[in-house]
Amino acid sequence: MSDASNLLTTALHALHVELGARLVPFAGYEMPVQYPAGILTEHRHTRAAAGLFDVSHMGQVRLVGAGADSALEALVPGDVQGLATGAVRYTLFTNDGGGILDDLMVTRRDGDLFLVVNASNKVADIAHLMASLPSGIAVEVLGDRALLALQGPQAAAVLGRLAPDVLSLGFMQAAAFVVAGADCWISRSGYTGEDGFEISVANANAEGLARRLLAEPEVAPIGLGARDSLRLEAGLCLHGHDIDEGTTPIEASLAWTIPARRRAEGGFPGATRILAQLAEGPPRRRVGIALDGRAPAREGTEILDAAGSPVGIVTSGGFAPSLDKPVAMGYVATAAATLGTPLGLSVRGKVLPAQVARLPFHAHRYAKS
Amino acid sequence: MLRFSKDHEWVRVDGNTARIGISDYAQSQLGDVVFVELPEIGKVLKKGAEAAVVESVKAASEVYAPVGGTVTAVNAALVDDPAAVNADPLGAGWFVEVTLADAAELDGLMDEAAYAAFVAELG
Repeated sequence: MSDASNLLTTALHALHVELGARLVPFAGYEMPVQYPAGILTEHRHTRAAAGLFDVSHMGQVRLVGAGADSALEALVPGDVQGLATGAVRYTLFTNDGGGILDDLMVTRRDGDLFLVVNASNKVADIAHLMASLPSGIAVEVLGDRALLALQGPQAAAVLGRLAPDVLSLGFMQAAAFVVAGADCWISRSGYTGEDGFEISVANANAEGLARRLLAEPEVAPIGLGARDSLRLEAGLCLHGHDIDEGTTPIEASLAWTIPARRRAEGGFPGATRILAQLAEGPPRRRVGIALDGRAPAREGTEILDAAGSPVGIVTSGGFAPSLDKPVAMGYVATAAATLGTPLGLSVRGKVLPAQVARLPFHAHRYAKS
Repeated sequence: MLRFSKDHEWVRVDGNTARIGISDYAQSQLGDVVFVELPEIGKVLKKGAEAAVVESVKAASEVYAPVGGTVTAVNAALVDDPAAVNADPLGAGWFVEVTLADAAELDGLMDEAAYAAFVAELG
């Protein structure tokens, strides 16, 4: 057991305890991995109704100053300058070798850019921003705000009941709303493949808002365990696992995050390598992997081709509750990355039959953008 | 006779036959079990050796043999219904049966009361 005394907590910690959560250390925080219902039930509830996630451990950052958009573009290959006010974009901090330092969400708001970065990387990301952005751009860490995610096919009905105007948001759009008396910044986005919202709210109002949402009949609390199985089914990357400093956006099958203007202009870290891989094709690719049997293949499992030669490694793997079977993602040599390519997964001395499968494993059901 | 190991396996001895499973505490710590890998009949297990593998949504864990012996039966029903490990860990959720190699190996295990106290200490 790790020493819990050094762990940070979120504004919802007491509520997690009250709800009977099993708390585990994650990214320096004590976070709920599951509630008494368990991961399978929580996962299925989110797919069927609405789940409430505490993701307050993630980093919320404002960039303030004229030209913040073009300055941020020096660190990411995404289109920030082209973001309309209220538009949310998924992008990547890259390094000079074309590797991925972190993935993040960027929203243009009146007067700032609002960034949400991974908990595990937020200290490094903030240091990177402060070191790299010109002095005229202020990096303001919003340490006094919680982040709640309400995800699932009934999330819109629930939140719309409390704040009807949120239904005007399309997928990857955001705006300010008042929910249950609390000022919130809400985006229509998430990490489950479902329609849903991510709600930034002052710590002081977080527990009251969470209780108000949990009081709705469709809503159940969901832990990080189901968050991981939901995002895996949705084919979404987890930094430090599916993407890291050693994987490029092209290898990670995230070329879609680099729009035509950035491809033409370059000007982001690692552009030489990333643009070369775009032109020539990467040596390996992140793919989905479907297993024939019932045994899961976990992160780190060696991937073999039909002849038994190593062609890659699993970066996320587990049981997919919505499919009732195991699935995985991993990197394979480009020659083995075509849909349907037979693979073997080396698990406990056996070779489990598998093949390259389409991502996502579970179809996205986002709101219209 | 029911005995428990510090690794949270149980062994129920009936004559020369020892049935092995995991405790209620173990299943609750694992969470939802989604896959069980069982040994071949006839496999000789030493005390402390891997008897089976149990996988939850999150992770794979080994089930260690609390006593040594030769595998005479496995609970094949777990292949299609691994959730039985959660629902009835001391009953329908059993893993393997072995012929007891050395009854003296039971001496180092805990009875139910001692195991309950051991789990209570874990908090």
